[in-house]
Amino acid sequence: MRNVNDRSRDIGAFVPAEDDELLICRCEEITKGEIRRAVHDGMFTLTEIRRYLRTGMGLCQGQTCSKLVKEIAARELGIVLAELEHAASRVPMRPIEMKVFGNEKEPGKNA
Amino acid sequence: MHKFADVVIVGGGIIGAAAAYYLALQGVNVVVLEKSDNIGDGGSSRNGGGVRQSGRDPRELPLVMYGVQHIWPTLSEELDMDIEYVQEGNLRLGKTEQHLTILQGLTKRSVELGLDVRMIDAKEAKEICPYLSDEVIGASWCPTDGHANPLLATLAFYRKARELGAQFITGETVLAIKKIKGKARQVITENAVYEGATIIVAAGYDSRKILESVGIDVPMTQIMLEALVTEAQPKMFGQMLGTAMADFYGHQSKHGSFVFGGSSGFEDTNKDNGTPITASITAPCICRGIMEYFPLLEDVKIVRTWSGWADISADKIPVISPVEEVPGLIVACGFSGHGFGIAPTAGLLVSQLARGVKPELDLTAFRYDRFKAKI
Repeated sequence: MRNVNDRSRDIGAFVPAEDDELLICRCEEITKGEIRRAVHDGMFTLTEIRRYLRTGMGLCQGQTCSKLVKEIAARELGIVLAELEHAASRVPMRPIEMKVFGNEKEPGKNA
Repeated sequence: MHKFADVVIVGGGIIGAAAAYYLALQGVNVVVLEKSDNIGDGGSSRNGGGVRQSGRDPRELPLVMYGVQHIWPTLSEELDMDIEYVQEGNLRLGKTEQHLTILQGLTKRSVELGLDVRMIDAKEAKEICPYLSDEVIGASWCPTDGHANPLLATLAFYRKARELGAQFITGETVLAIKKIKGKARQVITENAVYEGATIIVAAGYDSRKILESVGIDVPMTQIMLEALVTEAQPKMFGQMLGTAMADFYGHQSKHGSFVFGGSSGFEDTNKDNGTPITASITAPCICRGIMEYFPLLEDVKIVRTWSGWADISADKIPVISPVEEVPGLIVACGFSGHGFGIAPTAGLLVSQLARGVKPELDLTAFRYDRFKAKI
C-alpha cells in the first residue's frame, strides 16, 4: 500500500476499557486489550502486531481472528479499515506433518 | 515538505532501529525512513535468530563476541521487552568424516581468535541434545552461542527508540542522497526532502541503488532464504543447531515452535517477482534435512513457511564504514545472511560513527572501499 506513516503522530493515550480481557486470537490467547496496547506501543500495521503479539501465528494462522484484529487496530489508530493491509498468508494452508510435507515420490511411482 | 534532524537513517530494519536507539539514548535527534509499510520487514524479521560466534568469518568474530559479552545478555532488560535471548550453545553437526573435516577447519579458525569452541564426539553431542539421530558422528560445540527472537528484537529497538523520541516514518521510499557543498546533506524521498548533518544508509540490498546517487558502489547481490515454523512442542532443547553441510539450521523458540531455515540448492536462480515468495520445493527439502538429524520430529506439523532476501556482499561480510568521498555519509549494509547476531553491535558502532566518537571496535575490515579487482 505504501502510505507514508509517521509513527510519532498523536493517536491519543491508551484508555483501558471494560472488554480488554476479551480473547481475540484464540490460538495464541491474545486479548483485545493487548492488541490495543500494542498499537500505542507503535505497532501501527497488522504485520507488526502479529510479530509483536503472535496474533494469527497459531494453528489457524489468523483465519479466525485477523478481521477482528484489523477492526480493533483501525479503531485505535482512528483510520478506516481499507487503510490497513492484512498480514501475509503463508503456505501451507493447513498444518502438515514433516514426514508428509517432505515426502518426495519418485516420478511414475505411486506410494 | 522539508524536515530536519541531526541524523537521518535510511532503513528501518534492526540496524537502523538499533542505531536510532543508541543515538536517541545520547539525546541525538533522529529520523528513520523505511520504504516498507512495516518496521523490520526485510532480513531483520526473516532470519533464523542465531546469536552465533562459531563458524563466523574471523573478521566478523570480534563484533559478535562483543555483542555476546556486552549487549545480548542484558538487552531484554535494557529495552523493556523479552526478546527471548537464550544462551545454551551451538551444535554444528556432522554425519561423515568429510563433515568433521569441515567442522575442524571452522573450529580451528575460531579458537585462534580466542573463542571457546571445540570438537565433540557423538556421545557428548547426545548428552547435550538427546534427540539427535544415531547418524550423527560428531559436532562442533560452542557453549556461549545462542539465539533470540528476531521479530521481537527488531521491534524492541524500534519501540524503545520511538519512546526516546526517534521519529520513524514508514512507506517513505528514498530515491537519492544529495550533497550540499561537498557534504551529504539531503535525503530525497518520493514525498519529501529530509536534511541531516549525518546520513546513515542501512537499507540492505537497496542501499546499493541509494548509494549510487552519490557515486558510491558496494558490490553485492541478494539471495532468497527460506524457513519453516512448526506447531508448538514441549521444550526439547535450547541449543542453536546447524550442520557441516548447512542442510538446515534453527532452534526451538520460547513459544515452543521450531524455526528451521534451509535451502533447496536453487537460491541463485529463484524467481524474483519483487516480493519474497516461498518456493514449493524448499520447505519439503528442509524437512528431509531435519528428519535425517532429528527423526523424532517427523510427526511435528509445519504451520507456515516464509522467505526473505539476504544482501550478500562480494566478500560475504558487511560494510560498516564512513564514506570519505562523501563526508557525513555512513554505510551499514551487506550483512550477507548472518547479520542478526551482530546487529546490536553494528547499531552501536554506527551510532558512534554518527556522533563522531571513536568506535568501540576497529572497523578497518568493513571499509566500503576494500573491494579491489583481482589483478
